[in-house]
Amino acid sequence: MMLSGKADISLIERIRVQASDAVAPILDAISRPVATVTEIADQLEELSQIQAENTRLKKDRAQLLQWQTVARQLEAENKALRGLLKFSPPPKATYITSRVIANAVGAFAHSLLLNVGAPDGVKKDQAVTTGKGLIGRIASVGNRSSWVLLITDLNSRIPVVIESTRTRAIMAGNNSDRPRLIHLSPGAMVSPGERIITSGHGGVFPPGLAIGTVSSVSDSGIEIQPFNDRRRVEYVRILDFGDESLIRPAPFSSSPSSARPSSGRPSSARKDGKKTP
Amino acid sequence: MDVAARRLTPFGLTLILVVLNVVPLHVPALAMVFPVLPLIAIYHWAIYRPELMPYYAVFFIGLLQDILTNMPIGVNALVFLGVHGAVISQSRFFTGKSFAIVWLGFALVAAAATLANWVLISVYNMALISPGAVFFQYLLTLGCFPFFAWVFLRWQQTFLEHG
Repeated sequence: MMLSGKADISLIERIRVQASDAVAPILDAISRPVATVTEIADQLEELSQIQAENTRLKKDRAQLLQWQTVARQLEAENKALRGLLKFSPPPKATYITSRVIANAVGAFAHSLLLNVGAPDGVKKDQAVTTGKGLIGRIASVGNRSSWVLLITDLNSRIPVVIESTRTRAIMAGNNSDRPRLIHLSPGAMVSPGERIITSGHGGVFPPGLAIGTVSSVSDSGIEIQPFNDRRRVEYVRILDFGDESLIRPAPFSSSPSSARPSSGRPSSARKDGKKTP
Repeated sequence: MDVAARRLTPFGLTLILVVLNVVPLHVPALAMVFPVLPLIAIYHWAIYRPELMPYYAVFFIGLLQDILTNMPIGVNALVFLGVHGAVISQSRFFTGKSFAIVWLGFALVAAAATLANWVLISVYNMALISPGAVFFQYLLTLGCFPFFAWVFLRWQQTFLEHG
């Protein structure tokens, strides 16, 4: 039976999805009051720290205003330079927001069950994020539920780059809190505290989604501390790039990462701008 | 409650535990690794009311557990059936034993079940699952046993004695 799961993935997957669909309304109903209670508890906790929080936020705001000015300048500059280069921007995403109705995070698997399905526009392999960064990808989709494979799951492999050095690597989950970097280019220097973002290679994820920071570098491997605490996720956003995935014909040959043709997918199939907001 | 409905409650309670196991609780310590609550239920009913927890019910519970925890289909079904079979075969040993002995029995059975789970999943994924979290899960399950066993015993006394 277990082996048939490996052999006939589609059949077992269908059974799993149908069963999840059947249980989803129950889980949805149960998880709501639980979420409310948690929310109230959180609010009470926040109430006690409201003054300190206010001071901190004022300080943050002053800093962010400076950043906003910088961002505006950069945006204008970027736009001008793009105009010069005839750069075609990556497709813009729309979001599907969903509640987490089951949290199958144990010693053996790390996944979440969401209360949205195919009719809501969810498709396999879409990136799932929270405000803080990437949390996983859609593994299977039903009619009113879908499974998210978390980035910490043993089966998760995500192409990433180290933000400052642009070193490429693969981030592999291992069912612990800290995924590891593997397949690092030889001689690459990595130090704790560096930010890890998606590279966009392979075309499943858009580039530049925040994932986490390097928490430790040792002989046994490089560990990543994800930005998201998977235990406290209540709502997630699913990134929807419209009908086709991110892989599409390169506008010109000088951008090697987007020039990789997708196997088996007709490269002219993408209707440009069809579902971009 | 009508007798037939009462006799279904062990199965129903176990199903509820399967679902409860995956409800997002947002309690960091708990959500890291959740105890395998259905295991407690299957063990308990196999000892005290085996006729109310037949093997096909155990199999179904295992399947649901696999689906809801996103594990390879069949792993928990197999492990739960193993636990059920082991307890039934030793039923003579368990009759009239003190709670401490029953708990000790659960410690052994749950250890075997956890080990089996660990081996099966590791082989399935062709990768070693970190034993730390697995061991923690085992200890949590063990720690939850007295509470759930007490609830089940009370339930048994209240609803099933005359069933």
